Amino acid sequence: MSPASVKGAVAIVGAAETTELGVIPNLSEIQLHADAARNAMADCGVGVADIDGVACAANPVGVAHYLGITPTYIDGTSVGGCSFMLHVRHAAAALASGMCEMVLVTHGQSGRSRVGAGGRGGDGASLQGQFEAPYGPTGPPTMFPIGVLRYMKEFGLTHEQLASVAVVQRQWAMGNPRAMMRDPITVDDVLSSRVIAYPIHLLECCLVTDGGGALVLTTAERARDMDLARPPVYVVGTGESSETPMVSQMEDFTTSRAFRVSGAKAFAEAGITAADVDHLMIYDAFAHLPIYGLEDLGFVGRGEAGPFIEEGNTAPGGKLPLNTNGGGLSYTHTGMYGMFAIQESVRQLRGVAPAQVEGVELSVAHGVGGMFAASGTLVLTNRKP
Amino acid sequence: MSPPKPEPRPTPETQTFWDGCANGELRLQHCGACDRYYFPPRPFCTRCLSDEVEWRPVSGRGVLHTYLINHRAAPGFEEEAPYAIAVVELEEGPRMMSNIVGIENTPENLVLDMPLEVTFEERGSVMLPLFRPAAPTGVRA
Ligand SMILES: [Zn+2]
Repeated sequence: MSPASVKGAVAIVGAAETTELGVIPNLSEIQLHADAARNAMADCGVGVADIDGVACAANPVGVAHYLGITPTYIDGTSVGGCSFMLHVRHAAAALASGMCEMVLVTHGQSGRSRVGAGGRGGDGASLQGQFEAPYGPTGPPTMFPIGVLRYMKEFGLTHEQLASVAVVQRQWAMGNPRAMMRDPITVDDVLSSRVIAYPIHLLECCLVTDGGGALVLTTAERARDMDLARPPVYVVGTGESSETPMVSQMEDFTTSRAFRVSGAKAFAEAGITAADVDHLMIYDAFAHLPIYGLEDLGFVGRGEAGPFIEEGNTAPGGKLPLNTNGGGLSYTHTGMYGMFAIQESVRQLRGVAPAQVEGVELSVAHGVGGMFAASGTLVLTNRKP
Repeated sequence: MSPPKPEPRPTPETQTFWDGCANGELRLQHCGACDRYYFPPRPFCTRCLSDEVEWRPVSGRGVLHTYLINHRAAPGFEEEAPYAIAVVELEEGPRMMSNIVGIENTPENLVLDMPLEVTFEERGSVMLPLFRPAAPTGVRA
Protein backbone atom coordinates (compact mmCIF):
# COMPACT_ATOMS: atom_id res chain seq x y z
CA MET A 1 0.00 0.00 0.00
CA SER A 2 1.38 3.35 -0.94
CA PRO A 3 1.60 6.06 1.74
CA ALA A 4 -1.71 7.82 2.31
CA SER A 5 -1.91 11.35 1.00
CA VAL A 6 -4.60 13.96 1.06
CA LYS A 7 -2.85 15.91 -1.69
CA GLY A 8 -5.44 18.03 -3.46
CA ALA A 9 -8.37 16.08 -2.00
CA VAL A 10 -9.47 18.91 0.25
CA ALA A 11 -10.02 22.64 -0.14
CA ILE A 12 -10.43 25.69 2.04
CA VAL A 13 -13.70 27.20 0.79
CA GLY A 14 -14.37 29.75 3.49
CA ALA A 15 -11.87 32.00 5.23
CA ALA A 16 -12.30 35.13 7.31
CA GLU A 17 -11.00 36.97 10.33
CA THR A 18 -12.98 38.71 13.05
CA THR A 19 -14.77 41.85 11.84
CA GLU A 20 -12.57 43.97 14.09
CA LEU A 21 -8.92 43.29 14.82
CA GLY A 22 -6.47 44.69 17.34
CA VAL A 23 -8.21 46.10 20.43
CA ILE A 24 -11.67 44.58 20.98
CA PRO A 25 -12.66 45.12 24.64
CA ASN A 26 -16.35 44.52 23.92
CA LEU A 27 -16.06 40.86 22.82
CA SER A 28 -15.21 37.81 24.91
CA GLU A 29 -13.02 35.03 23.57
CA ILE A 30 -15.89 32.70 22.71
CA GLN A 31 -17.59 35.52 20.81
CA LEU A 32 -14.36 36.17 18.86
CA HIS A 33 -14.51 32.50 17.78
CA ALA A 34 -18.14 32.92 16.79
CA ASP A 35 -17.66 36.23 14.96
CA ALA A 36 -14.85 34.75 12.86
CA ALA A 37 -16.83 31.54 12.28
CA ARG A 38 -19.92 33.36 11.04
CA ASN A 39 -17.78 35.49 8.74
CA ALA A 40 -16.09 32.38 7.31
CA MET A 41 -19.42 30.59 6.83
CA ALA A 42 -20.87 33.66 5.11
CA ASP A 43 -17.75 33.81 2.94
CA CYS A 44 -18.64 30.44 1.38
CA GLY A 45 -22.42 30.55 1.78
CA VAL A 46 -22.87 27.70 4.23
CA GLY A 47 -24.93 27.44 7.40
CA VAL A 48 -24.60 25.73 10.73
CA ALA A 49 -26.42 22.63 9.42
CA ASP A 50 -23.71 22.14 6.77
CA ILE A 51 -20.91 21.93 9.34
CA ASP A 52 -20.27 18.50 10.87
CA GLY A 53 -16.70 18.96 12.08
CA VAL A 54 -15.26 21.47 14.54
CA ALA A 55 -11.65 22.21 15.43
CA CYS A 56 -10.06 24.79 17.65
CA ALA A 57 -7.18 25.12 20.10
CA ALA A 58 -9.46 26.18 22.96
CA ASN A 59 -12.57 24.09 23.57
CA PRO A 60 -14.18 22.72 20.38
CA VAL A 61 -17.15 21.41 22.36
CA GLY A 62 -17.77 24.91 23.65
CA VAL A 63 -17.49 26.42 20.19
CA ALA A 64 -19.83 23.80 18.70
CA HIS A 65 -22.43 24.43 21.39
CA TYR A 66 -22.12 28.22 21.14
CA LEU A 67 -22.73 28.07 17.38
CA GLY A 68 -25.37 25.31 17.51
CA ILE A 69 -23.34 22.70 15.64
CA THR A 70 -23.80 18.94 16.12
CA PRO A 71 -20.34 17.66 15.22
CA THR A 72 -19.33 14.16 14.15
CA TYR A 73 -15.66 15.20 14.10
CA ILE A 74 -13.96 17.09 16.93
CA ASP A 75 -10.32 18.20 17.08
CA GLY A 76 -9.06 20.03 20.14
CA THR A 77 -5.38 19.87 19.25
CA SER A 78 -3.72 22.59 21.28
CA VAL A 79 0.02 22.82 20.77
CA GLY A 80 0.36 26.59 20.68
CA GLY A 81 0.22 29.05 17.81
CA CYS A 82 0.64 26.48 15.04
CA SER A 83 -2.39 24.47 16.20
CA PHE A 84 -4.42 25.74 13.24
CA MET A 85 -1.98 24.25 10.72
CA LEU A 86 -2.50 20.94 12.52
CA HIS A 87 -6.28 21.44 12.51
CA VAL A 88 -6.21 21.88 8.74
CA ARG A 89 -3.99 18.83 8.36
CA HIS A 90 -6.22 16.64 10.55
CA ALA A 91 -9.36 17.98 8.88
CA ALA A 92 -7.90 17.13 5.47
CA ALA A 93 -7.34 13.54 6.56
CA ALA A 94 -10.80 13.31 8.12
CA LEU A 95 -12.51 14.77 5.06
CA ALA A 96 -10.54 12.63 2.62
CA SER A 97 -11.45 9.49 4.55
CA GLY A 98 -15.13 10.39 4.80
CA MET A 99 -15.27 10.89 8.57
CA CYS A 100 -17.09 14.16 7.99
CA GLU A 101 -18.08 16.49 5.15
CA MET A 102 -17.36 20.03 6.24
CA VAL A 103 -15.04 21.20 9.00
CA LEU A 104 -15.01 24.57 10.72
CA VAL A 105 -11.67 25.63 12.23
CA THR A 106 -11.92 28.60 14.59
CA HIS A 107 -9.66 30.88 16.57
CA GLY A 108 -10.56 33.64 18.98
CA GLN A 109 -8.30 35.19 21.56
CA SER A 110 -8.65 38.21 23.78
CA GLY A 111 -4.90 38.38 24.17
CA ARG A 112 -4.83 42.11 24.86
CA SER A 113 -8.13 42.91 26.58
CA ARG A 114 -8.36 39.53 28.38
CA VAL A 115 -12.17 39.40 28.19
CA GLY A 116 -13.36 35.92 29.06
CA ALA A 117 -9.83 34.64 28.56
CA GLY A 118 -8.43 31.49 30.12
CA GLY A 119 -5.92 31.66 32.94
CA ARG A 120 -2.18 31.19 32.56
CA GLY A 121 -0.96 29.50 35.69
CA GLY A 122 2.32 27.69 36.22
CA ASP A 123 2.85 24.41 38.01
CA GLY A 124 5.96 24.17 40.15
CA ALA A 125 5.94 20.37 39.86
CA SER A 126 6.07 20.25 36.05
CA LEU A 127 9.50 19.84 34.47
CA GLN A 128 9.34 23.48 33.36
CA GLY A 129 8.30 24.46 36.88
CA GLN A 130 11.29 22.67 38.37
CA PHE A 131 14.01 23.31 35.81
CA GLU A 132 13.14 26.57 34.00
CA ALA A 133 10.73 28.80 35.94
CA PRO A 134 13.03 29.12 39.01
CA TYR A 135 15.52 31.03 36.85
CA GLY A 136 13.19 33.97 36.37
CA PRO A 137 11.73 33.99 32.87
CA THR A 138 8.73 36.27 32.40
CA GLY A 139 6.91 34.85 29.42
CA PRO A 140 7.99 34.02 25.88
CA PRO A 141 9.98 37.25 25.22
CA THR A 142 12.42 36.19 27.93
CA MET A 143 12.67 32.54 26.88
CA PHE A 144 12.00 32.08 23.17
CA PRO A 145 15.04 34.09 21.94
CA ILE A 146 17.46 32.22 24.22
CA GLY A 147 19.25 30.63 21.26
CA VAL A 148 19.84 33.85 19.33
CA LEU A 149 23.28 34.59 20.81
CA ARG A 150 24.38 31.03 19.98
CA TYR A 151 23.10 31.51 16.42
CA MET A 152 24.99 34.82 16.21
CA LYS A 153 28.21 33.18 17.35
CA GLU A 154 27.85 30.20 14.98
CA PHE A 155 26.85 32.12 11.86
CA GLY A 156 27.86 35.74 12.35
CA LEU A 157 24.32 37.11 12.31
CA THR A 158 24.50 40.81 13.20
CA HIS A 159 22.16 42.83 15.39
CA GLU A 160 21.41 44.95 12.31
CA GLN A 161 20.37 41.90 10.28
CA LEU A 162 18.07 40.75 13.07
CA ALA A 163 16.56 44.23 13.25
CA SER A 164 16.02 44.24 9.49
CA VAL A 165 13.43 41.48 9.92
CA ALA A 166 11.20 43.95 11.76
CA VAL A 167 11.96 46.74 9.28
CA VAL A 168 10.99 44.66 6.24
CA GLN A 169 7.79 43.39 7.81
CA ARG A 170 6.79 46.94 8.64
CA GLN A 171 7.19 47.72 4.93
CA TRP A 172 4.56 45.07 4.20
CA ALA A 173 2.30 46.34 7.01
CA MET A 174 2.39 49.85 5.54
CA GLY A 175 0.34 48.44 2.66
CA ASN A 176 -2.23 46.84 4.96
CA PRO A 177 -4.91 49.08 6.53
CA ARG A 178 -5.84 46.38 9.07
CA ALA A 179 -2.27 46.17 10.39
CA MET A 180 -1.85 47.55 13.89
CA MET A 181 1.57 49.15 13.23
CA ARG A 182 1.95 51.02 9.95
CA ASP A 183 4.54 53.77 10.48
CA PRO A 184 7.84 53.15 8.68
CA ILE A 185 10.78 52.16 10.89
CA THR A 186 14.54 51.91 10.38
CA VAL A 187 17.17 49.53 11.70
CA ASP A 188 18.24 52.32 14.07
CA ASP A 189 14.68 52.64 15.36
CA VAL A 190 14.63 48.94 16.14
CA LEU A 191 18.02 48.90 17.82
CA SER A 192 17.21 52.00 19.89
CA SER A 193 13.89 50.59 21.09
CA ARG A 194 13.78 49.27 24.63
CA VAL A 195 15.73 46.07 25.36
CA ILE A 196 13.25 43.40 26.45
CA ALA A 197 15.64 40.47 26.70
CA TYR A 198 19.09 41.12 25.24
CA PRO A 199 19.65 40.73 22.31
CA ILE A 200 15.92 41.28 21.62
CA HIS A 201 14.42 44.79 21.47
CA LEU A 202 10.78 45.79 21.77
CA LEU A 203 10.36 46.17 18.00
CA GLU A 204 11.68 42.63 17.50
CA CYS A 205 8.81 41.25 19.63
CA CYS A 206 5.31 40.49 18.38
CA LEU A 207 2.29 42.60 19.21
CA VAL A 208 -0.34 41.65 21.77
CA THR A 209 -3.82 42.00 20.28
CA ASP A 210 -7.39 40.73 20.26
CA GLY A 211 -8.91 38.95 17.29
CA GLY A 212 -9.71 35.69 15.60
CA GLY A 213 -10.14 33.87 12.34
CA ALA A 214 -11.94 30.86 10.93
CA LEU A 215 -11.74 28.46 8.02
CA VAL A 216 -14.28 26.18 6.36
CA LEU A 217 -12.87 23.08 4.70
CA THR A 218 -14.51 20.44 2.56
CA THR A 219 -13.57 17.93 -0.10
CA ALA A 220 -12.32 19.25 -3.43
CA GLU A 221 -15.20 17.37 -5.04
CA ARG A 222 -17.82 19.10 -2.92
CA ALA A 223 -16.06 22.44 -3.40
CA ARG A 224 -16.54 22.14 -7.16
CA ASP A 225 -20.31 21.83 -6.67
CA MET A 226 -20.58 24.80 -4.34
CA ASP A 227 -21.59 28.25 -5.52
CA LEU A 228 -18.50 30.03 -4.22
CA ALA A 229 -17.86 33.75 -4.52
CA ARG A 230 -14.12 33.05 -4.46
CA PRO A 231 -12.29 30.03 -5.86
CA PRO A 232 -11.27 27.21 -3.49
CA VAL A 233 -7.76 27.05 -2.08
CA TYR A 234 -6.50 23.47 -2.25
CA VAL A 235 -4.47 21.77 0.47
CA VAL A 236 -1.67 19.93 -1.35
CA GLY A 237 0.87 19.30 1.39
CA THR A 238 0.83 19.21 5.16
CA GLY A 239 3.25 18.48 7.97
CA GLU A 240 3.47 18.60 11.73
CA SER A 241 6.00 17.74 14.40
CA SER A 242 7.22 18.58 17.88
CA GLU A 243 10.51 18.74 19.74
CA THR A 244 10.42 19.76 23.41
CA PRO A 245 8.17 21.83 25.66
CA MET A 246 11.35 23.07 27.39
CA VAL A 247 13.25 25.54 25.23
CA SER A 248 16.36 24.85 27.31
CA GLN A 249 16.34 21.26 26.02
CA MET A 250 16.42 22.01 22.27
CA GLU A 251 18.84 19.72 20.48
CA ASP A 252 20.47 22.64 18.67
CA PHE A 253 19.80 26.28 19.51
CA THR A 254 20.45 27.41 15.94
CA THR A 255 17.76 25.32 14.23
CA SER A 256 14.35 23.86 15.01
CA ARG A 257 13.96 20.11 14.60
CA ALA A 258 10.17 20.51 14.56
CA PHE A 259 10.47 23.05 11.71
CA ARG A 260 12.69 20.74 9.67
CA VAL A 261 10.52 17.66 10.11
CA SER A 262 7.19 19.40 9.56
CA GLY A 263 8.42 21.40 6.56
CA ALA A 264 10.04 18.43 4.83
CA LYS A 265 6.88 16.34 5.30
CA ALA A 266 4.67 19.02 3.75
CA PHE A 267 6.99 19.74 0.83
CA ALA A 268 7.39 16.03 0.06
CA GLU A 269 3.65 15.44 0.04
CA ALA A 270 3.12 18.43 -2.25
CA GLY A 271 6.01 17.30 -4.45
CA ILE A 272 7.61 20.74 -4.34
CA THR A 273 10.89 22.36 -3.43
CA ALA A 274 11.44 25.79 -1.93
CA ALA A 275 12.09 27.15 -5.43
CA ASP A 276 8.46 26.43 -6.40
CA VAL A 277 7.00 28.64 -3.66
CA ASP A 278 5.56 32.02 -4.74
CA HIS A 279 4.58 33.31 -1.32
CA LEU A 280 5.59 32.41 2.21
CA MET A 281 4.29 32.96 5.72
CA ILE A 282 6.58 32.10 8.66
CA TYR A 283 5.08 32.63 12.11
CA ASP A 284 7.07 35.52 13.58
CA ALA A 285 6.56 35.71 17.31
CA PHE A 286 10.03 37.26 17.42
CA ALA A 287 12.43 38.54 14.76
CA HIS A 288 14.61 35.44 14.79
CA LEU A 289 11.81 33.11 13.70
CA PRO A 290 11.76 34.02 10.00
CA ILE A 291 15.53 33.48 10.03
CA TYR A 292 15.22 29.98 11.49
CA GLY A 293 12.22 29.23 9.25
CA LEU A 294 13.89 30.27 5.99
CA GLU A 295 16.81 27.95 6.75
CA ASP A 296 14.90 25.05 8.26
CA LEU A 297 12.44 24.92 5.34
CA GLY A 298 15.30 25.03 2.84
CA PHE A 299 14.75 28.44 1.26
CA VAL A 300 18.36 29.42 2.00
CA GLY A 301 21.41 27.65 3.38
CA ARG A 302 22.48 27.62 7.02
CA GLY A 303 23.57 31.05 8.19
CA GLU A 304 22.29 32.78 5.03
CA ALA A 305 18.88 33.99 6.19
CA GLY A 306 20.06 37.16 7.96
CA PRO A 307 21.84 38.60 4.91
CA PHE A 308 18.99 37.33 2.67
CA ILE A 309 16.43 39.41 4.57
CA GLU A 310 18.75 42.40 5.04
CA GLU A 311 19.32 42.53 1.27
CA GLY A 312 15.57 42.94 0.68
CA ASN A 313 14.77 39.56 -0.85
CA THR A 314 11.66 39.17 1.34
CA ALA A 315 10.53 42.81 1.12
CA PRO A 316 7.84 44.22 -1.19
CA GLY A 317 9.21 43.73 -4.72
CA GLY A 318 11.67 41.07 -3.52
CA LYS A 319 11.94 37.60 -5.01
CA LEU A 320 10.41 35.79 -2.00
CA PRO A 321 7.48 37.73 -0.50
CA LEU A 322 7.43 36.81 3.20
CA ASN A 323 4.90 37.70 5.90
CA THR A 324 3.02 40.00 3.55
CA ASN A 325 0.36 41.00 6.09
CA GLY A 326 3.08 42.53 8.29
CA GLY A 327 3.26 39.43 10.47
CA GLY A 328 3.03 39.06 14.20
CA LEU A 329 5.52 41.92 14.49
CA SER A 330 3.33 44.52 12.74
CA TYR A 331 -0.07 43.07 11.70
CA THR A 332 -1.56 41.31 14.72
CA HIS A 333 -0.66 38.71 17.33
CA THR A 334 -3.39 37.48 19.67
CA GLY A 335 -1.17 34.93 21.36
CA MET A 336 -1.74 32.13 18.85
CA TYR A 337 -1.02 33.74 15.49
CA GLY A 338 -1.00 30.72 13.15
CA MET A 339 -4.59 31.29 12.02
CA PHE A 340 -3.64 34.73 10.70
CA ALA A 341 -0.74 33.31 8.69
CA ILE A 342 -3.15 30.87 7.01
CA GLN A 343 -5.67 33.68 6.37
CA GLU A 344 -2.98 35.71 4.58
CA SER A 345 -1.94 32.72 2.45
CA VAL A 346 -5.59 32.27 1.44
CA ARG A 347 -5.98 35.99 0.64
CA GLN A 348 -2.84 35.98 -1.50
CA LEU A 349 -4.04 32.86 -3.38
CA ARG A 350 -7.46 34.47 -3.90
CA GLY A 351 -5.83 37.66 -5.11
CA VAL A 352 -7.53 39.81 -2.46
CA ALA A 353 -4.70 40.62 -0.03
CA PRO A 354 -4.25 44.30 0.88
CA ALA A 355 -0.59 44.06 -0.16
CA GLN A 356 -1.26 41.65 -3.02
CA VAL A 357 1.68 39.96 -4.74
CA GLU A 358 1.32 39.37 -8.49
CA GLY A 359 0.61 35.84 -9.67
CA VAL A 360 0.70 33.83 -6.44
CA GLU A 361 -0.19 30.20 -7.21
CA LEU A 362 1.66 28.35 -4.45
CA SER A 363 1.83 29.57 -0.87
CA VAL A 364 3.34 28.03 2.26
CA ALA A 365 2.08 28.84 5.75
CA HIS A 366 4.47 27.64 8.45
CA GLY A 367 3.72 27.86 12.14
CA VAL A 368 5.43 27.44 15.46
CA GLY A 369 3.84 26.24 18.69
CA GLY A 370 5.24 27.20 22.06
CA MET A 371 8.93 28.08 21.93
CA PHE A 372 10.10 25.82 19.08
CA ALA A 373 8.04 23.16 20.89
CA ALA A 374 5.82 22.22 17.95
CA SER A 375 5.35 23.07 14.31
CA GLY A 376 2.83 22.78 11.47
CA THR A 377 3.25 23.47 7.76
CA LEU A 378 0.66 23.89 4.99
CA VAL A 379 1.29 23.99 1.24
CA LEU A 380 -1.68 25.67 -0.44
CA THR A 381 -2.49 26.38 -4.08
CA ASN A 382 -5.21 27.93 -6.22
CA ARG A 383 -4.43 25.55 -9.10
CA LYS A 384 -7.08 22.86 -9.60
CA PRO A 385 -5.59 19.48 -8.66
CA MET B 1 8.02 42.81 50.75
CA SER B 2 8.43 41.45 47.26
CA PRO B 3 6.81 38.13 46.36
CA PRO B 4 9.01 35.03 46.59
CA LYS B 5 10.87 33.67 43.57
CA PRO B 6 9.27 30.68 41.84
CA GLU B 7 10.00 27.50 43.74
CA PRO B 8 10.51 24.05 42.23
CA ARG B 9 8.29 21.31 43.62
CA PRO B 10 10.08 17.92 43.41
CA THR B 11 8.19 14.88 42.14
CA PRO B 12 9.01 11.21 42.87
CA GLU B 13 11.00 11.07 39.63
CA THR B 14 13.11 14.15 40.40
CA GLN B 15 13.50 13.84 44.19
CA THR B 16 17.01 12.35 43.99
CA PHE B 17 18.18 15.34 41.95
CA TRP B 18 16.93 17.76 44.59
CA ASP B 19 18.30 15.60 47.43
CA GLY B 20 21.70 15.92 45.77
CA CYS B 21 21.37 19.68 45.55
CA ALA B 22 20.50 19.80 49.27
CA ASN B 23 23.86 18.07 49.87
CA GLY B 24 25.73 20.50 47.63
CA GLU B 25 26.05 17.88 44.91
CA LEU B 26 24.86 18.05 41.31
CA ARG B 27 23.55 14.64 40.21
CA LEU B 28 22.60 13.35 36.78
CA GLN B 29 21.19 10.05 35.63
CA HIS B 30 23.46 7.79 33.60
CA CYS B 31 22.35 4.99 31.26
CA GLY B 32 24.65 1.96 31.43
CA ALA B 33 23.48 0.60 28.08
CA CYS B 34 24.18 3.83 26.20
CA ASP B 35 26.98 5.04 28.49
CA ARG B 36 25.53 8.52 28.52
CA TYR B 37 24.08 11.07 30.90
CA TYR B 38 20.74 12.76 30.35
CA PHE B 39 18.60 15.56 31.79
CA PRO B 40 15.94 16.43 32.94
CA PRO B 41 15.33 13.45 35.24
CA ARG B 42 13.23 10.49 34.11
CA PRO B 43 13.30 6.93 35.46
CA PHE B 44 14.35 5.56 32.05
CA CYS B 45 16.91 6.38 29.38
CA THR B 46 15.55 8.81 26.81
CA ARG B 47 17.45 7.10 24.00
CA CYS B 48 17.01 3.33 24.60
CA LEU B 49 14.14 3.34 27.16
CA SER B 50 16.21 1.14 29.47
CA ASP B 51 15.37 1.23 33.19
CA GLU B 52 19.02 0.41 33.96
CA VAL B 53 19.89 3.95 34.86
CA GLU B 54 21.69 5.21 37.93
CA TRP B 55 22.15 8.54 39.65
CA ARG B 56 25.74 9.76 39.69
CA PRO B 57 27.33 12.84 41.19
CA VAL B 58 28.83 14.92 38.39
CA SER B 59 31.59 17.51 38.24
CA GLY B 60 29.41 20.61 38.36
CA ARG B 61 31.61 22.10 35.65
CA GLY B 62 30.30 23.33 32.32
CA VAL B 63 30.34 26.12 29.78
CA LEU B 64 27.97 28.95 28.92
CA HIS B 65 26.16 27.62 25.86
CA THR B 66 23.68 30.44 25.23
CA TYR B 67 21.69 33.03 27.17
CA LEU B 68 19.60 36.16 27.09
CA ILE B 69 19.44 39.02 29.55
CA ASN B 70 15.95 39.50 30.95
CA HIS B 71 14.96 43.12 31.52
CA ARG B 72 11.47 42.22 32.76
CA ALA B 73 12.01 40.98 36.30
CA ALA B 74 10.07 37.94 37.45
CA PRO B 75 8.49 38.04 40.94
CA GLY B 76 11.30 38.10 43.49
CA PHE B 77 13.94 39.07 40.89
CA GLU B 78 13.31 42.83 41.09
CA GLU B 79 16.66 43.59 42.72
CA GLU B 80 18.64 41.59 40.17
CA ALA B 81 17.18 42.80 36.88
CA PRO B 82 18.49 42.80 34.27
CA TYR B 83 19.72 39.25 34.76
CA ALA B 84 20.81 36.45 32.47
CA ILE B 85 18.73 33.34 31.85
CA ALA B 86 21.34 30.93 30.59
CA VAL B 87 21.74 27.45 29.20
CA VAL B 88 24.78 25.71 30.67
CA GLU B 89 26.35 22.78 28.86
CA LEU B 90 27.65 20.42 31.51
CA GLU B 91 30.98 18.65 31.13
CA GLU B 92 29.04 15.34 31.04
CA GLY B 93 26.95 16.46 28.05
CA PRO B 94 23.44 17.48 29.16
CA ARG B 95 22.37 21.11 29.16
CA MET B 96 20.32 22.88 31.80
CA MET B 97 18.82 26.29 32.28
CA SER B 98 20.30 28.37 35.09
CA ASN B 99 21.31 31.81 36.28
CA ILE B 100 24.87 33.15 36.36
CA VAL B 101 26.03 34.57 39.69
CA GLY B 102 29.26 36.13 40.94
CA ILE B 103 29.64 38.41 37.92
CA GLU B 104 27.67 41.37 36.63
CA ASN B 105 25.35 40.02 33.93
CA THR B 106 26.37 42.13 30.93
CA PRO B 107 26.95 41.08 27.30
CA GLU B 108 30.63 42.02 27.75
CA ASN B 109 31.09 39.83 30.82
CA LEU B 110 29.11 36.86 29.58
CA VAL B 111 31.05 35.32 26.73
CA LEU B 112 29.70 32.18 25.10
CA ASP B 113 31.61 29.02 26.00
CA MET B 114 33.19 30.57 29.11
CA PRO B 115 33.82 27.98 31.85
CA LEU B 116 31.35 27.84 34.74
CA GLU B 117 30.95 25.87 37.95
CA VAL B 118 27.88 25.02 39.97
CA THR B 119 26.87 26.66 43.23
CA PHE B 120 23.64 26.36 45.18
CA GLU B 121 21.13 28.88 46.49
CA GLU B 122 18.34 28.31 48.96
CA ARG B 123 14.97 28.56 47.27
CA GLY B 124 12.10 27.78 49.62
CA SER B 125 12.42 24.14 50.61
CA VAL B 126 15.04 23.23 47.99
CA MET B 127 18.59 24.21 47.04
CA LEU B 128 18.67 25.49 43.47
CA PRO B 129 21.70 24.90 41.24
CA LEU B 130 23.17 28.14 39.85
CA PHE B 131 26.48 28.72 38.06
CA ARG B 132 29.39 31.13 38.53
CA PRO B 133 32.52 31.75 36.49
CA ALA B 134 34.91 28.87 37.12
CA ALA B 135 38.04 29.56 39.11
CA PRO B 136 41.09 29.40 36.81
CA THR B 137 42.68 25.95 36.80
CA GLY B 138 45.10 25.45 39.65
CA VAL B 139 43.81 28.41 41.63
CA ARG B 140 41.67 27.85 44.69
CA ALA B 141 38.57 30.01 44.90
ZN1 LIG C 1 20.19 4.22 27.09
